[in-house]
Amino acid sequence: MMKKTVLNTDYPVDENVYYEDGQGQFYRLHNGVDIIGVTKQFRTKKSTVQALQEINLHVHNSEFISILGTSGCGKSTLLRMVGGFETPTTGKIFCHKKEVTRPGASIGMVFQSYTLFPWLTVRENIAFGLKELKYHTPSESKEIVERYIDLVGLRGFENQYPKSLSGGMKQRVALARSLATDPSVLLLDEPFGALDMQTRGVMQELLIDIWQKSPKTILMVTHDIDEAIFLADRVVIMSARPGRVREILDIDLERPRNYHVKSTPAFAAYREHCTEIIREESSKLLVNAHAG
Amino acid sequence: MTNDSALYGDRSWIRTETPELHPVDKNRLDGTIVYTAKDKSGETAFSKAFIPKGSITKRSYIIIAVCSFAAVFGLWCYACFVMHVSSMFLPSPKEVVQSAAAMFTDGNFLFDIRMSVQRVLIGFLISAVVGIPLGLIIGTYAPMAACLEPLFSFFRYLPASAFIQLFILWIGIGEGSKISIIIVGSLAQIILMVATNVRNVSGSLIEVSYTLGVSRAGVFWKVILRKAMPDIMDTLRMVLGWAWTYIIVAEMIGASEGVGFMITQAGRQFRISRIFVGIIVIGLIGLVLDMLMMFLKRALFPWNEEK
Repeated sequence: MMKKTVLNTDYPVDENVYYEDGQGQFYRLHNGVDIIGVTKQFRTKKSTVQALQEINLHVHNSEFISILGTSGCGKSTLLRMVGGFETPTTGKIFCHKKEVTRPGASIGMVFQSYTLFPWLTVRENIAFGLKELKYHTPSESKEIVERYIDLVGLRGFENQYPKSLSGGMKQRVALARSLATDPSVLLLDEPFGALDMQTRGVMQELLIDIWQKSPKTILMVTHDIDEAIFLADRVVIMSARPGRVREILDIDLERPRNYHVKSTPAFAAYREHCTEIIREESSKLLVNAHAG
Repeated sequence: MTNDSALYGDRSWIRTETPELHPVDKNRLDGTIVYTAKDKSGETAFSKAFIPKGSITKRSYIIIAVCSFAAVFGLWCYACFVMHVSSMFLPSPKEVVQSAAAMFTDGNFLFDIRMSVQRVLIGFLISAVVGIPLGLIIGTYAPMAACLEPLFSFFRYLPASAFIQLFILWIGIGEGSKISIIIVGSLAQIILMVATNVRNVSGSLIEVSYTLGVSRAGVFWKVILRKAMPDIMDTLRMVLGWAWTYIIVAEMIGASEGVGFMITQAGRQFRISRIFVGIIVIGLIGLVLDMLMMFLKRALFPWNEEK
């Protein structure tokens, strides 16, 4: 059996790998992300909260997936489990046929809160992962860092500390930093949630541009319907409490896309559809709140 | 896009001219209210300065700070020269200055100061060297917190003076017991406050480090320590202030020199103005140490965002 090294970690890319779910059912794993029979319960002092009910999802290699849902539907929990930050109560998550057990360099993540290293300049922040991982020679690393500084439009700010950057710029650095190590999967947890509308629009275009130039497996959690549709190949819409996959929507919008696509009838139809479902889920929450 | 009107339809109805201000002949004013450009509008500097959590210029800060020192000095003068409080209770500024001049010229007092500063700094440094690593591991690793935190929370509330007899018994009346008192006063504080500094490092900063290839052990050195350093510096600054206040207690143990010793002696001899000199000098040295630490923090961590 031959093992092939993909990206920055050893993955059994060409092997056939299976998962047995404990009841004698076998599943064949794929390259990309496999989420099989994942549930999540949180135990509090008084009770057990079912955050996620059986989630099954396969994310293809180099696919952009948006996860859309009302607040508290467990979408962030799901993403954190894919990142290895939390363990599923039942079920398993595989990344390129390898089980995700703890966070590592093969899975990148951008958080909503600003997570730059404040003691490092923009350039040093972007170079941080490359220095840690040592996949490249110093001169290669340097070249990669400079390329990403240009890619996210931070030329001229590369020697600034994060404290002097705006929120949008900080998230651009965070994005560049996570892309620089070339993770096999990139997780985005409401990455533009803290930004104003205009900046958010600019960041979405930047992200879609980067992705269209070199597609990468991306899972993005958001509650912004336009953002979810605009960026994704598929939108996973979750139902509220306990979280389940309610619908997976294929987004058949032409690529490459730019912001003009947002004013097309096709886009409006997707938006209408998503809004309808999200509205229904939100009102369910409201009814539950009144009942209980 | 190639054809705008195809995409967006007819746009000719969109008004684009900007509204204009029309100048009016000043002889034909018929209103009752006239604003002029010279009117002072908005808030005065005084009302602005008292906006909750507002700020003032550095110059105003210094002026006000100097004034408050001057006010205390003024009260002191008032009590001495107008109320004629007995110099047994409150020596006049003149007497204090005379005592200070005498004390500084005969050289003994400078030696006292040196010894006191030395004792405090040695005690404080030992506390820092022991306390910072302990605080770091308590804040980072939960089992270490369970093991050490309740213990040091207990020690934290013990008054340093309670240990005088024990230290004389255990260590004798040399330098060791004096420094030990300073350590008792500062070690537990440093440990517990550094642990809190570490806990303030955000979880997502640590999580993002894992995704960039940092190991669990590496996170301690490369992320937690780096991020917590400016806060630890603040902790040290505060605890140094507290350590300095233990100098009197420390020098109660068989000392024959030091500012604390001098104050105790002066009290026995009813040389009240000398007590005043001692107190003022302790305060001034404390102030200088504080400013030094503040400067050091700014110089070492230019990247730090002040809250």
